[in-house]
Amino acid sequence: MPPKQALTPNAGPPPRDVVAAIRGVSKVYSLGGHEVKALDNVSIEFRQGDYVAIMGSSGSGKSTLLNVLGCLDRPTTGQYYLAGQDVAVMDDETLSRIRGRYLGFIFQSYNLIQQLSVVENIEVPLSYQRPPMPGGRERCLKLAELVGLSKRLGHRPTELSGGQQQRVAIARALVNNPHVILADEPTGNLDTATSHEIMDLLDALNKAGRTIVMVTHENDIAERARRIVRLRDGRIESVAEVRREALPAGG
Amino acid sequence: MKFLQQLRLGFRSLLLHKLRSALAVLGILIGVTAVIWLVAMGEGVSYQAQQQIKDLGATSIIVRSIKPAEESSRSDSNARMGISYGLLREDFERIVTNVPTIGRAVPMREISREVRHREQFIDGMVIACTPEYFGMNRLKIARGRAISEIDMTSYANVVVLAHEAAVKLFPIEDPLGRAGQIGQEFYVNVGIAAERSAAAAIGGSLDARQYDRDVYIPLTTFRARIGDRVFTSRAGSFQLETVELTQITAVVDDMKEVDATADIIRALLQRYHKVVDYAVVVPKELLEQAETMRAMFNVLLLLIAGISLLVGGIGIMNIMLATVTERTREIGIRRALGATKGEIVQQFLWETVVLSGTGGLLGVLFGFLCGPTVNGVRFGVRASLPEVWAALPPNIRNLEPRLAPWSIIAAFAISVGVGIVFGIYPARRAANMDPIEALRHE
Ligand SMILES: Nc1ncnc2c1ncn2[C@@H]1O[C@H](COP(=O)(O)OP(=O)(O)OP(=O)(O)O)[C@@H](O)[C@H]1O
Ligand SMILES: [Mg+2]
Repeated sequence: MPPKQALTPNAGPPPRDVVAAIRGVSKVYSLGGHEVKALDNVSIEFRQGDYVAIMGSSGSGKSTLLNVLGCLDRPTTGQYYLAGQDVAVMDDETLSRIRGRYLGFIFQSYNLIQQLSVVENIEVPLSYQRPPMPGGRERCLKLAELVGLSKRLGHRPTELSGGQQQRVAIARALVNNPHVILADEPTGNLDTATSHEIMDLLDALNKAGRTIVMVTHENDIAERARRIVRLRDGRIESVAEVRREALPAGG
Repeated sequence: MKFLQQLRLGFRSLLLHKLRSALAVLGILIGVTAVIWLVAMGEGVSYQAQQQIKDLGATSIIVRSIKPAEESSRSDSNARMGISYGLLREDFERIVTNVPTIGRAVPMREISREVRHREQFIDGMVIACTPEYFGMNRLKIARGRAISEIDMTSYANVVVLAHEAAVKLFPIEDPLGRAGQIGQEFYVNVGIAAERSAAAAIGGSLDARQYDRDVYIPLTTFRARIGDRVFTSRAGSFQLETVELTQITAVVDDMKEVDATADIIRALLQRYHKVVDYAVVVPKELLEQAETMRAMFNVLLLLIAGISLLVGGIGIMNIMLATVTERTREIGIRRALGATKGEIVQQFLWETVVLSGTGGLLGVLFGFLCGPTVNGVRFGVRASLPEVWAALPPNIRNLEPRLAPWSIIAAFAISVGVGIVFGIYPARRAANMDPIEALRHE
């Protein structure tokens, strides 16, 4: 059953199985006198195990939405409930802690730290956990194995291919056991074959129960998700279920 | 654990730009080394001065005759009579009888005279003294004996030679028992003093001088054979001077009484001397003066050190600002992955502390090379530029730098402090970046 969209703003915290919910969120940039509404009264909920692709033309507000969801940006108006708390009103330090605790990020350009090795890059989010997470190093090694990089633990990002770097980034996004994984065009810099390898990995994670929200331009990538949200001029244009007659149900 | 991790991370980030980091380290290194070296030299000089003053005795008061300005001399400035000035035997008696706090007092008369033995001669200092003089000045007799009471009462023509005087006058023969000549008189050599290092006093009241060419004769003999009136040659012209005593050394039993006793002596002398043809020197006061000078010198050093570390700090800040700009992307990544502003500040502060701390440690290491370096330079100058060496004042020639533990600790602590102070601005700049902007940065 697809989750029903909450249409009533200011309705208090969402039910427990909704891991993230934004309600009536607008984001307004004022540029030299005139205002740009990057997001215009957007409401959407993400349940545990959701797999959502956000699409839309360039400038439609996809990245802005993802930044709000990622607690990197605060909405101009509206609420954002993450793990049951309204984070739209929280201070910078609390937001940092929330990012480290509940969210995992995957970027288009991988964004690994150049002077750190593979395993150290995977470890980075752990160094910002308060209280520290037990069993950190073993977890990193397990995740490196999961993404198929056990033999590259000591390598630097510059010694890896794009696909391999994105695998490291995925492992890094998982290390803190996040509630939601946010990916902004995770395959944008990769060729088709590698893109599908990365998507296979994300599919597997979703099947294992991870909630994933990703931005993409490509239809075949978006169709890997269960829902596709289309944005236009900062508004939600449509929310569509992905029909999977061709695919066997379950996983 | 966390601490070591931060340290390691700091090192690795800095190793990305080895040359740049090395230059920043160098800036601090030079500052720290300079502090340690300067303090060591300063301590060396002041230690030397203190030793010399202590040699004079912290409980002693030295009263010396001083030639007053020409017109105001005591005599009626009869050219034939010459001038007459300085301490009198009466002064000595008065001091001994009137100042109860004085334990011992020793009179002394000295003139520079040629001393001969056959063809050998030296321009020595003839010290006419009493037997107590040797003990009071810690003069050790290497062979033979010192001047005795019997020498005094019998006006004996005996002499004790200082080490170098003995060697120069008697290069071959054993000097003991042989006679040397001072003026027209012959004196039998009864003893040789042990070798002694040069002493100097601060404040210009006492000259640094070589004790090793002194010859000692009984004070009574001096008065009988040479007398109070002597010809002296100053700047080519001869002059007749009448001086009874050159110096009176008084020793006070209790160190606390030194200042008061000196005041009494001053008052006593003032009453009987119309002009000030004497000087009262108190080694304890010199010691205190030396202490104040050392404190002032240290303040000056700290100023210099402060400036050089400031320059080092600016270097570090410059490099950290460049680093922060270059690593904008990394900052954005870390912020997205959960780092608070405080944690970013910490990370960059650690890097500056690693930079300045490395500079500080290396600086301390180079600081320890101060002694060997000074010795090396000394050796080099003595070997290759002997004239320059000879022209150097003795306290420079004998300078032994003394590493002051406080300076090492202070220099290192200050260097780390400089790292923190100059690291805060770049680190805050890093932390205050907008994570979204930082992530977009290329
Ligand atoms: N920091 C900003 N200041 C001003 N305007 C901004 C800022 N960030 C985004 N915008 C504007 O908000 C709108 C939405 O931008 P956003 O980056 O979300 O688009 P997008 O859907 O991610 O586009 P693309 O597919 O090209 O990445 C755009 O019109 C953009 O110009
Ligand atoms: Mg975008």
